[in-house]
Amino acid sequence: MATLTKVLKPILGSQLGNTAKVFGAAVNSQRGKPTYTGRTIPPPAKYGGRHTVALIPGDGIGPELLNHVRELFRFCCVPVDFEVVHVNSASTREDDINNAIMAIRRNGVALKGNIETNHTMPPNHKSRNNLLRTSLDLYANMMHCQSLPGVHTRHKNIDIIIIRENTEGEYSSLEHESVSGVVESLKIITRNNSLRIADYAFRLARDKGRRRVTAVHKANIMKLGDGLFLQCCKEVASGYPDIEFDSMIVDNTTMQLVSKPHQFDVMLMPNLYGNVVSNVCAGLVGGPGLVPGANYGRDYAVFETATRNTGKSIANRNIANPTAMLLASCLMLDHLKLHDYANMIRGAILTTMNETRLHTVDIGGQGTTSEVVQSIMRIIQSSGPLTTEI
Amino acid sequence: MDGFVVLAILETLVTAASSVQTFVLKSSNSLSKLYIESLRKMLPIQTVTLIPGDGIGPEISTAVMKIFEAAKAPIQWEERNVTAIKGPGGRWMIPPEAKESMDKNKIGLKGPLKTPIAAGHPSMNLLLRKTFDLYANVRPCVSIEGYKTPYTDVDLVTIRENTEGEYSGIEHLIVDGVVQSIKLITEEASRRIAEYAFEYARNNQRTSVTAVHKANIMRMSDGLFLRKCREVAENYKDVKFTEMYLDTVCLNMVQDPSQFDVLVMPNLYGDILSDLCAGLIGGLGVTPSGNIGAHGVAIFESVHGTAPDIAGKDLANPTALLLSAVMMLRHMGLHGHAKKIETACFDTIREKKVLTKDLGGNSKCSEFTADICRRVQDMD
Repeated sequence: MATLTKVLKPILGSQLGNTAKVFGAAVNSQRGKPTYTGRTIPPPAKYGGRHTVALIPGDGIGPELLNHVRELFRFCCVPVDFEVVHVNSASTREDDINNAIMAIRRNGVALKGNIETNHTMPPNHKSRNNLLRTSLDLYANMMHCQSLPGVHTRHKNIDIIIIRENTEGEYSSLEHESVSGVVESLKIITRNNSLRIADYAFRLARDKGRRRVTAVHKANIMKLGDGLFLQCCKEVASGYPDIEFDSMIVDNTTMQLVSKPHQFDVMLMPNLYGNVVSNVCAGLVGGPGLVPGANYGRDYAVFETATRNTGKSIANRNIANPTAMLLASCLMLDHLKLHDYANMIRGAILTTMNETRLHTVDIGGQGTTSEVVQSIMRIIQSSGPLTTEI
Repeated sequence: MDGFVVLAILETLVTAASSVQTFVLKSSNSLSKLYIESLRKMLPIQTVTLIPGDGIGPEISTAVMKIFEAAKAPIQWEERNVTAIKGPGGRWMIPPEAKESMDKNKIGLKGPLKTPIAAGHPSMNLLLRKTFDLYANVRPCVSIEGYKTPYTDVDLVTIRENTEGEYSGIEHLIVDGVVQSIKLITEEASRRIAEYAFEYARNNQRTSVTAVHKANIMRMSDGLFLRKCREVAENYKDVKFTEMYLDTVCLNMVQDPSQFDVLVMPNLYGDILSDLCAGLIGGLGVTPSGNIGAHGVAIFESVHGTAPDIAGKDLANPTALLLSAVMMLRHMGLHGHAKKIETACFDTIREKKVLTKDLGGNSKCSEFTADICRRVQDMD
């Protein structure tokens, strides 16, 4: 893309403007190049410098929170357009989710709410969220748990990055009933995926200047499965001598997390333990309403709240905490290289949380969702850049 | 003159009467004590198999035995050792004397056992589990007043299925680089654990039982577990039954543990959650644990390690084994003795005068034990 610009510019002069960049991107797409976070090359902004992002509202609090995200983006004049794809969780046909997957393939980036899974349905009706993750091969789930100074929790100053393998392990959805009353569920661990996720973790640790990576496993019991995972982690660790590597058994990990969480830096684990540990950490920093999560694949990135709750009981009551979804949208803006907008919105969210202390019910305050969003918009307006009317 | 004499006579009569009264009272007091003693002696003395274990095992077992003696609990100890020996079929098994003793007594108390790496035989805990079909692992987690943790209002019980699930040990290498591990869920085992959980809730005046699962992802396996729990819940209408996803339980547990009562779950989730709850109340050094098996067998144990670095130095903390022994007394129906010993133990910890090193003090194990014994004797 850069070379094409260099070739065309002397020929056509400055009249070309951005066309070369845009044209060059389409012709010489580097999306096929494997990137560890997908952060090096953002998806191309094909039309007028505006990005298009797939938006999947989901169920429960998803639709209302994503509406707030859209409102905020419109207010801040963020050059992002949303392509909304609805997925009906009650229908047994897979058309909806296939449309959503196609939209994400088209756009490269998505922001989604959680799609409910009714577990009384027969086993061939797979979890929609899981289908999305495996079809798009979003192999890494990254969650950064940071204590916010304005939120009261039992443990202070927690700063842990959790990296969880997102596609295999216990979530392979391969089950069978060989004999009536005896069910087997397969947990698959492969060398390739374990190497891939370990590589992702170490590169991220190095990028962010982290000192230590801890692998969480249960290899004393699942000797072959978790043993393979641990072995792959050790192999990758030997290639990063500047980063310390250690491992811990999952039950000891949860015990240590509730008593001494400050000993952890970056944690790396297979799918199910990732589920447990990420929920424990989210609880430690203040709850599911505060932590954003990101799912990265080689070609795609999907952003959502870290604990993936549907929040059915608090839907449409204007009491949900918008922080997690808004911070997830900031992660998305960072991914699209729109850093200025991301920092502006993030700064306003943190100011509302820590200085104004306008909290929603889940973290002990009495504000409503719309009040929090209004406060964020007011802070953005007062800090300068051009915005629309509130 | 007559008046004074009359008064003097009256006085002596009164003092005589009061001394008779005190004599009668004292003798009746000691009589009632003798009566209670004889009643106690009439309580059947039950024999319990004691497995001291390795490392700090022997010292803490001695401590527990001393405290039980001070509390005059009707327990007789039969010490046995468990080391893996190769049986006639080439299979590893526990020594026949230990097995006989357990089969006869049905109740056992076990200290920490060393798990040797690369010794060729499976872990001792696994052997015991297989030998006696210990299907339920029960861990009551109650916040200890006096041992401060950030969580002060914990009062829950985790009941974990102990024989199958993710720990069945069935693993295969499909092709080079692809491993599959099988999680086994059977109808029989799920029904058994659910029934035990509801029985426990009923016998211990617990109000609700929550089944922990991940049926949105593992539809068939956790779905089967959940179905069995629901079926069993139909027969126990006095106990409330709820279901919750594993991640929601973890999230809520670290924010507000007081909302949980009895939790029942398959093997892996149980392992993680029971250790999480142990961490909430202060770690494995203060957590009791019991394993219930088929045919009425029950083995109560301390779940911490053998701590070889402090073995033999009188520094160990016997609280975990002691609380497990109290659980054992409750299981046997000796609630009075159980309450006495438990109260003495908690009082000692609350006073903070003779705490062992891991609880924040610097006393010896023997001093800690002696303090508890003294309190137990004072309560009589």
